[in-house]
Amino acid sequence: MMRSIALWLDERLHLAKLFQATAGHHVPSNTNSWFYVFGSGTLVCFILQIVTGTLLAFVYQPSAGEAWNSLQYLNNQAFLGWFLRAIHNWGSIFMVAIMSAHLVQTFLFGAFKYPRELTWVSGCVLFLCTLGMAFTGQILRFDQDAYWGLGIGASIMGRVPFVGAQLVHLMLAGSIIAGETLSRFFSLHVFVIPGTIIALLSLHLRLVLTKGINEYPQPGHVVNKETYATEYEQLIEKTGVPFVPNVIGKDMIFSAFLICAILACSLFFGPMGPSGPPNPTLIHTSPKPDFYFLPVFAALSLLPAEMETFLVLVLPVILIAALILLPFYSGTGEKSFRRRPVAVVIVLLAFLTVGVLAYEGTFEPWSPHMEAWSSAPTPRDQLKARTPLELQGAILIQGKQCRNCHALGGEGGLRGPALDTVATRLTRDQLIRQIIQGSGNMPAYGKNLRPAEVTALVAFMGTLKHSYQPAARDSSEHGSIK
Amino acid sequence: MSEQLPDCPCKKDLSRRNVLVKIGAGMNALAAGLVGVPLLGYAMSTFTRGSKTSWVSLGALHNFPEGETRLATYRNPNSKPWDGETADIPCWVRRVDAESFQVFAINCTHLGCPVRWFQESRLFMCPCHGGVFYEDGSHASGPPPRGLFEYEHKIENDELKILGGYVPTLAEPLKKEDKA
Repeated sequence: MMRSIALWLDERLHLAKLFQATAGHHVPSNTNSWFYVFGSGTLVCFILQIVTGTLLAFVYQPSAGEAWNSLQYLNNQAFLGWFLRAIHNWGSIFMVAIMSAHLVQTFLFGAFKYPRELTWVSGCVLFLCTLGMAFTGQILRFDQDAYWGLGIGASIMGRVPFVGAQLVHLMLAGSIIAGETLSRFFSLHVFVIPGTIIALLSLHLRLVLTKGINEYPQPGHVVNKETYATEYEQLIEKTGVPFVPNVIGKDMIFSAFLICAILACSLFFGPMGPSGPPNPTLIHTSPKPDFYFLPVFAALSLLPAEMETFLVLVLPVILIAALILLPFYSGTGEKSFRRRPVAVVIVLLAFLTVGVLAYEGTFEPWSPHMEAWSSAPTPRDQLKARTPLELQGAILIQGKQCRNCHALGGEGGLRGPALDTVATRLTRDQLIRQIIQGSGNMPAYGKNLRPAEVTALVAFMGTLKHSYQPAARDSSEHGSIK
Repeated sequence: MSEQLPDCPCKKDLSRRNVLVKIGAGMNALAAGLVGVPLLGYAMSTFTRGSKTSWVSLGALHNFPEGETRLATYRNPNSKPWDGETADIPCWVRRVDAESFQVFAINCTHLGCPVRWFQESRLFMCPCHGGVFYEDGSHASGPPPRGLFEYEHKIENDELKILGGYVPTLAEPLKKEDKA
């Protein structure tokens, strides 16, 4: 009975032929490796995102007035709504991570070389689309961070020469962040970008079938356009095994592990946000992007101001072009990373750059600590045995909000140097000049401090050193070289 | 170079079919244009047209004491019913003396984050990348490329009014009144 149904279906759908041409196609047996599981892992994440995203859309309201409330409802009232939101959030984090691993693996294994140029190009665009999904998804979590994230996006667009203003209008659907902005990003996140991803993914998978999966590269085995196709055919003939069932096992184990990891993270850490409501008049907020964009966020602070516009607008274009065009300027030759030291260095540098910037972005040492002046007390040791004038200075350090940028006893902003031992670095005259005129990153306080206040401040700061340390001295007066 | 078509009785049909294909392709190109142009026009309409600015009131003058800087909010003049809280736009009002005002956009000129006023140190500080501005809006420290954006303002019937309804950016720092 079952057999006759199967035969009936096969006669109409040609399932056996379809299987042979797709899942059952032959691959080199050396691709049966744990290094080859990241592509299917990314696909599994994507499917999970589609399913959870569709379910979230049952409840989510893509309206500027209601989106935040509908997320609160999902988090707190809808049955398992919080879990769905958590899976969608952690799924996106894992998707970006696993996709990055896939990118690094194919780069190091030379998979982009002849004849798989288009596989690489479509993969790069898929990577960009996924980052686009991450950004638009963060906007749909329509909270304070999303609102000011849009502001940051608009400000970057506004730096484009000639058409900056028009691009801002296009991005915001008007000249201000409002309901239509959210609708626009909803459409991008739910229709435009996923549609593009599905189309490109079809091409990507089709290319894996037509051009075959990249064989596990052997050092010394060089890609040559004349001979590669025959060599690959011979390899398949000699060592070819059907992908299903011989090779898919590792992919399946990894995918199951991946889903369990996403579920575990969702269960333990829960959904992300939403933070405060998207009310722009609530200005006591420190907008911060999701972790994938922390490196960019950090770079925007650390770049020298005069090169910033150029680097923000031009550098990404150069980097993306270099990535996409890689197979066209490095399409033959060695595949194995054991013989491609430059490739290995590039990967290490990329990891280092992204890692350091993400670390800096997490702690934001460049941002004033807005509450430090009223919440971080002056350390007791620094108040002992001070004169009334010096104590007056200590009050001014708090009251004039110096602590927002300068730490004392490890508390306070990191924007300026900590003041615990400032007396060893600056003389009285230098302190006065620095406070009144400012310099470097420090604003001038000349207009905001009366002379008596400056005297008190400097008197206190002159005591900020350990007793065993000598005070700073003016070399022109005393003559330090004798 | 091209492959030889096998002889077949349909050969005569081919030229005729070719003509039909050509006409069909032409008609579809026309149809695509007819559909595409308005669709593109709809989708890109915001590219060329920003929303209009108009004068909005920030409230009576006595709300703004001399020598002080206060947060004021106004309703976006172009708001839609579904905009919710996003239609309330904040700005900083500095009353220099009885007659003169400065109205600053909330957005840092670096990347648009909301700057906060610190009365004691008389500075605006930005939470995102550490931009700092003096009380007159000029740049004091950090990455911002210029001072705070200022709204055009006027005093009418004892009320402070500004030309609002847009996010100022480096490309569009200050809007003049619409002529229309």
